[in-house]
Amino acid sequence: MSSTVTLTIDGVEIQAQPGQTILKAAEAAGVYIPRLCAHPDLTPHGSCRVCTVFVNGRPQSACTQPVAEGMVVENASERVTDLRRQIIEMLFVEGNHFCMFCEKSGHCELQALAYRLGITAPRFPYQFPARDVDASHPDILIDRNRCILCGRCVRASRELDGKNVFGFVGRGPHKRVAVNAEARLADTDATAGDRAMDVCPVGAILRKRSGYTVPVGQRPYDRRPIGAEIESARKPGA
Amino acid sequence: MGDDLAEGIRQICAACGNDRTRMMDIVRQVQARYGCVSSRAMDLIAAAVSTHRVEVESVVSFYAFLSTRPKGRVIIRVCDDIIDRMRGGERVAKAFSDALGIGFGQTTPDGLITLERTACIGMSDQAPAALINDVPVTELSSDAAWEIARKLKAGTPPDKLVQRIGDGQNAHPLVQSMVVNNLRLAGPVVFAPLETGAALRKALAMSPQEVIRDVKTARLRGRGGAGFPTGMKWDFARAAEGPRKYVVCNADEGEPGTFKDRVILTECPDLVFEGMTIAGYAIGSDTGILYLRAEYAYLRAYLEDVLERRRKHGLLGRDLGGRERFSFDIRIQMGAGAYVCGEETSLLSSCEGLRGDPKNRPPFPAQKGLLGCPTTVNNVETYCCVARILDQGPGWFAQLGSKGSPGTKVLSVSGDCRRPGVYEVPFGVKLAEVLQMVGGQEAQAVQVGGPSGQMVGPPEFQRTICYDDLATGGSIMVFGPGRDLLEVVDAFMEFFIDESCGYCTPCRVGNVLLRGQLRKIIQGRGEPADLENLQSLGTAVKAASRCGLGQTSPNPVLSSLKNFRSLYETRVRENPDGLQPTFDIRAALGEAERITGRKSAVFAQ
Ligand SMILES: Cc1cc2nc3c(=O)[nH]c(=O)nc-3n(C[C@H](O)[C@H](O)[C@H](O)COP(=O)(O)O)c2cc1C
Ligand code: SF4
Ligand code: FES
Ligand code: FES
Repeated sequence: MSSTVTLTIDGVEIQAQPGQTILKAAEAAGVYIPRLCAHPDLTPHGSCRVCTVFVNGRPQSACTQPVAEGMVVENASERVTDLRRQIIEMLFVEGNHFCMFCEKSGHCELQALAYRLGITAPRFPYQFPARDVDASHPDILIDRNRCILCGRCVRASRELDGKNVFGFVGRGPHKRVAVNAEARLADTDATAGDRAMDVCPVGAILRKRSGYTVPVGQRPYDRRPIGAEIESARKPGA
Repeated sequence: MGDDLAEGIRQICAACGNDRTRMMDIVRQVQARYGCVSSRAMDLIAAAVSTHRVEVESVVSFYAFLSTRPKGRVIIRVCDDIIDRMRGGERVAKAFSDALGIGFGQTTPDGLITLERTACIGMSDQAPAALINDVPVTELSSDAAWEIARKLKAGTPPDKLVQRIGDGQNAHPLVQSMVVNNLRLAGPVVFAPLETGAALRKALAMSPQEVIRDVKTARLRGRGGAGFPTGMKWDFARAAEGPRKYVVCNADEGEPGTFKDRVILTECPDLVFEGMTIAGYAIGSDTGILYLRAEYAYLRAYLEDVLERRRKHGLLGRDLGGRERFSFDIRIQMGAGAYVCGEETSLLSSCEGLRGDPKNRPPFPAQKGLLGCPTTVNNVETYCCVARILDQGPGWFAQLGSKGSPGTKVLSVSGDCRRPGVYEVPFGVKLAEVLQMVGGQEAQAVQVGGPSGQMVGPPEFQRTICYDDLATGGSIMVFGPGRDLLEVVDAFMEFFIDESCGYCTPCRVGNVLLRGQLRKIIQGRGEPADLENLQSLGTAVKAASRCGLGQTSPNPVLSSLKNFRSLYETRVRENPDGLQPTFDIRAALGEAERITGRKSAVFAQ
């Protein structure tokens, strides 16, 4: 028995470590599977569903599903891509995203995924929810209009900072990220140095006084599409 | 008052061992005693059990029966299920509201009574119904609502509202409820008599492996909806390593139109507990947990009493059966109002004192379940089947029902039929036969399996109830000729929106969008292309959702689109001017017109 697992992604055979998730295994082989809630330093969450792939014909989230010998994974097909587009569009209409004047523009993973998947305008009607902004903290801003509930901040605070600054409250469409205080971030032990403030894929958690420092044209996703860093590492011949 | 709160919470937490995994018990008690779990209460609880305040808030804000803002000492929860609405529930709701002088979601100024709506409380066969705190009141009329409101305002305690007492064990001194069983057909598996302890004795005379083998030979599949083979699940749980193992009984029964577990727990709790004990022996567990939905809290004292009696009779406790060293006990874990907690991994989250979010799979509960330990989660009825299989033998069981689906199924039938209630039928029965039995032959549609199941019409009535054809966890809702089926579909979508945990995007957002598209069609603003949009969005939500809730929530739309397509087609039309019919220029201008105080000169009408 070899200690690696062989599977195929869109017909291409790859080797993976037993116990690895499909997402990680694909990444190691230079195959990008779009994702939002997954983050390399955090335990998988499985909430955004952008990483959905078909495994032996059945939908699974690649960030949580472990590889298995002989697995047939469908990642870049039209039906998977359309599924992902619909999910991204849902996230756009669920919140209030005005990319053109958002500090995170050009750095935003949601925006970058929309570009990569060729979304020009969402097919669903905007929900225009009333969401709040918390600017109480001297160094950090929370703009819940842009929050996509990926839970990265919640996990980073726990797993990387050893704190518990954030948590989910409410249920269903009323679910939101709350802070570990009655209402204000300023009343928690959050600091600008927390890793939790680095991981937001969108512009919902920002450090104050750091926006717009990179000129348009030179921002990370101006230069190359999201996922390109993974694909450029593709092994020759794979 | 403030210090009373601090002292009260200290006591409640201490009585729960200051154990944060018992958060559900803690917050339920705080809610009951103080009418809410206030901001200060959350701080105090967090400090007492050494957790973070936001963790407490995440739990309190999740469950419908808990709240951070004060509620009345009496809470009236009017069941807002579609069946109740069909039986005059709206009139009853209005009567409560008029009599109390408050709207839904409000509390009387004296802080006495709060009025709310709630999802199906498991009384669809005696709708319209409501819960007054823990007390179910059924077959309501607007007169009855006025009368109840009058008495409550005069200070009558909720349990004194019950005047007529239901049949069977509903009359037990510890139940004393007006709920009736409506048990109309008792079958040989669940509702036949069984000498208490007989099945357990037979099980303990065998090895655990032999018990599992019998359950497999009987080809028992789960009765909760998913239909997983029970013996196989137990094999996994038995084989998995863990410091301890758990046997969990899923009595969350939240699928609208399902109320058979209510009747089973009322009339044959011993059978359920015996099945759980046998499961404990089979997988090597010493702890059973009955997860009881908050709506059935009125059965709790009675069930505790049954457990106590079983302890006295040596059917629970240490060294059962003498021969092998096997100890097993059962406790009851109350829910707090969340349909999703019927999903087995959400249920386990809830038992761990967390929000009822489902967990990522793998690992499956049989490998790593409650607190990381191997756990088998089974439905109430499944445990009844287990006890009967051990008593009567797997061969006897396997010859009941149909080839692929041995045994019987307990159905709960509601809606437009003459004899709503509970029927234990052999698997393989035709839907038409069921309709005949219940007096619902005129049905234009039947919802099989609740909102998460399928809506079928007369061409499908010859199909059979079994795992391979029309599967159901028990819910059968009958809709007569006069009903607007799209309103039914809409009510089901509203239910899923309210009950989604909100963890994953497709379910949290997709269901809201799906309902929006549906309402557009219902209101006559839809175009033919919208049918395709519904189909594609529904398909996406099903495919991409994380748990069974989202994976089935589009079913009302998708199954009605398939089986009742003309209902949609007659309501949509091509828009002659080629403009988007969803766009209403007058509405779009409305707010600006209000602010400026003048009307648009261009788009005047
Ligand atoms: C949203 C949702 C709600 C559920 N509610 C229940 C329930 O109330 N009772 C139940 O037994 N199973 C329910 N289930 C199924 C459980 O997840 C699980 O499959 C079942 O309890 C296993 O028991 P069984 O194999 O004996 O049927 C539900 C599933 C989902 C997705
Ligand atoms: S499908 Fe997703 S949002 Fe819906 S209940 Fe399941 S995990 Fe929660
Ligand atoms: S990246 Fe897998 S679900 Fe979000
Ligand atoms: S560009 Fe602002 S959140 Fe994405």
